Amino acid sequence: MSDPVLEVTGLDVTFGSGPGAVHAVRGVGYALRPGEVLGIVGESGSGKSVTSLAVMGLLPPHARVTGSVRLKGQEILGASEKRLTAFRGKTISMVFQDPLSALTPVYRVGDQIAEAVRIHQDVSGQAADRRAVELLDLVGIPNPAQRARAFPHEFSGGMRQRAVIAMAIANDPDVIICDEPTTALDVTIQAQVLEVLKTAQRETGAAIVMITHDLGVVAGFVDRVLVMYAGRPVETGSVDDVYYRPRMPYTIGLLGSVPRLDLGGRRRLVPIEGNPPSPDALPPGCPFAPRCPLVVPACDAAEPPLEPVGPGDRRAACIRAGEIEEGRIPPGEVYARSGAGRAGRPAAPGAGAGERRPPVPRGERGVVLEVDGLIRHYPLMKGAVFKRRVGTVYAVDGIGFDIREGETLGLVGESGCGKTTTLMEILELARPQRGTVTVLGRDTAAMTSRERLAVRRDMQVVFQDPLASLDPRMTVHDILAEPLRTHGVRDPGPRVRELLTLVGLDRQHAARYPQDFSGGQRQRIGIARALALEPRLIVLDEPVSALDVSIQAGVINLLEDLKDRLGLSYLFVAHDLSVVRHIADRIAVMYLGRIAEIGQVDRVYDTPMHPYTQALLSAIPLPDPEKERSRVRILLEGDLPSPAAPPSGCRFRTRCPKFRDVLSDGERERCVDEEPAVRVLDEDQGAACHYAEKIKVV
Amino acid sequence: MAGFLFRRLLNYVVLIVVATSLAYMLAAGALNPRANYEGRNPPIPPAVVDARLTELNLNDKTPLFERYLTWAGGVAHGDFGTMVTGGPVNEDLARRLGVTLRLITIGLVLGSVTGVLVGAYAAVRQYGAFDRVSTGASFFVLAIPTVVLANMLIIAAVWVNGLLPQPIVYVSGEFSAGSTGGFWAQAVDRVQHLILPTISLSLGLIAVYSRYQRNMMLDVLGADFIRTAMAKGLRRRTALIKHALRTALIPAVTYFAFTFGALLVGTTFTEKIFGWHGMGEQLVNSIYTNDVNSVAAISCFAAFAVLVASLASDVLHAVLDPRVRVG
Repeated sequence: MSDPVLEVTGLDVTFGSGPGAVHAVRGVGYALRPGEVLGIVGESGSGKSVTSLAVMGLLPPHARVTGSVRLKGQEILGASEKRLTAFRGKTISMVFQDPLSALTPVYRVGDQIAEAVRIHQDVSGQAADRRAVELLDLVGIPNPAQRARAFPHEFSGGMRQRAVIAMAIANDPDVIICDEPTTALDVTIQAQVLEVLKTAQRETGAAIVMITHDLGVVAGFVDRVLVMYAGRPVETGSVDDVYYRPRMPYTIGLLGSVPRLDLGGRRRLVPIEGNPPSPDALPPGCPFAPRCPLVVPACDAAEPPLEPVGPGDRRAACIRAGEIEEGRIPPGEVYARSGAGRAGRPAAPGAGAGERRPPVPRGERGVVLEVDGLIRHYPLMKGAVFKRRVGTVYAVDGIGFDIREGETLGLVGESGCGKTTTLMEILELARPQRGTVTVLGRDTAAMTSRERLAVRRDMQVVFQDPLASLDPRMTVHDILAEPLRTHGVRDPGPRVRELLTLVGLDRQHAARYPQDFSGGQRQRIGIARALALEPRLIVLDEPVSALDVSIQAGVINLLEDLKDRLGLSYLFVAHDLSVVRHIADRIAVMYLGRIAEIGQVDRVYDTPMHPYTQALLSAIPLPDPEKERSRVRILLEGDLPSPAAPPSGCRFRTRCPKFRDVLSDGERERCVDEEPAVRVLDEDQGAACHYAEKIKVV
Repeated sequence: MAGFLFRRLLNYVVLIVVATSLAYMLAAGALNPRANYEGRNPPIPPAVVDARLTELNLNDKTPLFERYLTWAGGVAHGDFGTMVTGGPVNEDLARRLGVTLRLITIGLVLGSVTGVLVGAYAAVRQYGAFDRVSTGASFFVLAIPTVVLANMLIIAAVWVNGLLPQPIVYVSGEFSAGSTGGFWAQAVDRVQHLILPTISLSLGLIAVYSRYQRNMMLDVLGADFIRTAMAKGLRRRTALIKHALRTALIPAVTYFAFTFGALLVGTTFTEKIFGWHGMGEQLVNSIYTNDVNSVAAISCFAAFAVLVASLASDVLHAVLDPRVRVG
């Protein structure tokens, strides 16, 4: 086996000093062999990004870094700036998370890539420019020579991330560190960028450190995995070992809490109780002990070291890893022990799809929300004094769906597809520009303000950002009592206590302020507020996308329990299709202000008919290494067209793989000329495509 | 872009006309030039006063609007009328403009460049000794009125001069009256006069710019593109100058153009205290002597300066920042 190209041992990072010091990274070590791909996974605050910045020597000066980082055998930790700059960008380079801010806004993209070339190679300016164009071509930017002259703001997010990757591979590095390279991108763009990273690795033969919180991204991409928790590595091993035979309870919990796109039926998610510890107040002993279902008194005595478990190069930091390895505790049962019977939580229902569905068939249940031909156009104005209309943004351009009692409709789509606009139009309860919105049998266009108030009681909303949607100056009691008082409840006290119990919080929490709670608890408060008036329909706008997976699972379970117990209907807006598959009964896929496909959730996921749904589903990485490696992705080309200038005919045709590869010229003409409407093609599954056909992609 | 600038310019012309007309009406309505001729001993015959005022287009017996039209007619031909002392306003202002320009160009360039450097360095060393000292000093300077600051400088200069065999800085005027000598001797003399007012002007500007630039720089320092630049292999210094400062400079540069316009007539105190006969001084003097024509001319010039400066700052912003370029 060849020597490691990057070897990190005993890396410690501390911010500040004295009693307030924050020990962000504690004893991280790994060895990266040439051409190998290592995945570092962990939730926010686990120290994974700080680790990579420490390796690059890019932490701010007030961070104290100790340990050893050897790059090709040379110690670079604490090296002089001159030596470091010789390595950075040449031997080791980095791709950052946020492509929107990773490029300097005032320089041309090509110049910024050429700069990276000229720092390390003694070439002329022209040669560097030529190289920049080559690199842009390599990462799949169309018209590279022309696009090199563009400024970063003229690039879309995905294109900027490509440019950053081009910069990272400009000098043929041996190691590329990717810090959440696709987190800020939409799934179809994520699939493109991951493909580009694979190309980049092929071209340069570099080893890659892939840092992410997304277990799916890691599964198909890496050779080995390092799981971090509270600043420490807690489990490491080959990707198959870690995914199929996890030995550390945290890893087991993490894998159990991810909603799966590929598993139909209702598998109840297994959340990890509690919250990750704050790095400045770590519990004694094992930092995971307070959340661990396998905790024994010895866990609090000392922090377990990362020790080999079983055969192969596998390590876990758990004193009971040996028991799991020997099969005395089957991994599948680790969380089963703690699942039921916790105080203050709704009891776990018997699970099983049959029981959960109301027995009444869909057609006979009452309609809670009906949207028909809804249109929301925004004028594009120009001029300061004399404004004139120069165009129209077709944000929502004629969509329709209905939600029946006790049903969850998932509204999904990439950013800019109009899902939030749809939601706002519904919540406004006013006459829409065109089309009708009927809430609980009442048309919003004909409502009096008294009726509107009455309907608001029955339709509540939960927002995406749990902190921003709670007034920081109100106690939880006041927050929950406010809707009650507004609707004339005199003594809201008992109801507030009831609500807190309902969402799994302590009654004593009523006196606290939102900032005293963690993200997951805040979202529970938001849900409690929505439930205060016993509504029949709740609109959820990305309710779990701001939460870590282990926390998210708990909130999803809560939403499901509430729906079953209280007979609620949900309109669930999200971009994460795995979450939607888990929670929704029906799904509507939006593309550029229109519905591309709508139908019963398992039908749409198992056999999608619209090429966009097919591409979307195939773009989502599964947290299953074997499936992930054998999958063939349907890659979409390019970015979402501007909603101000949608293509003629079918809006998806500019990116449609079917239009590009399968259809004949005659068939294409129809796509260009005629806009397809949603046609019901099967029992409760309809698609807006002239040539829809079922394909299995997951 | 050209069309955009042209439309802007057209808007500005309208604005200048409105601002100046209002300024004239206000000045002509509020100031009383007749008072200049009253209470003299021997008293001046009213007919003579009237004749003189009419000659100057300042007679309050003529309706305001009629006086305005006469004045506006002159302005349209580039003539701002006559001062109460008799000379043409144009000549006087042209001379004073030169004086003011010299003072504020040097003061502003010195103040803004120093301020930007101080602010940028303070941001890079946030919460370091330099940052704390410069922050303290800025607030100290900002808290002191110009009058006090200028007089403190004068006292200090006099004290320093006293210690030396020969004065090195002069505290009053633009040049020594009756100084002889060649070109170089003259130039040195002018520089010696320039030092104190320039310092007094730039100290305040340094304080403002350093605070401003520090904030801008701090915003940029946290940005990912600085890390990207360093991850490419740029030295921290180069990354900070080429990527951070260049980006953080945009607001300061646009602010520079704007201050320039505002300062053209805004250095009143500095000019008064150091005995410089510039525009600011004249604005105060003309109000004091009920010189309506001068007040209106200076107001017109101020409007012009502010608008040209704001146009310049827009153009500079577009040149520096590709994100705001139109079409």
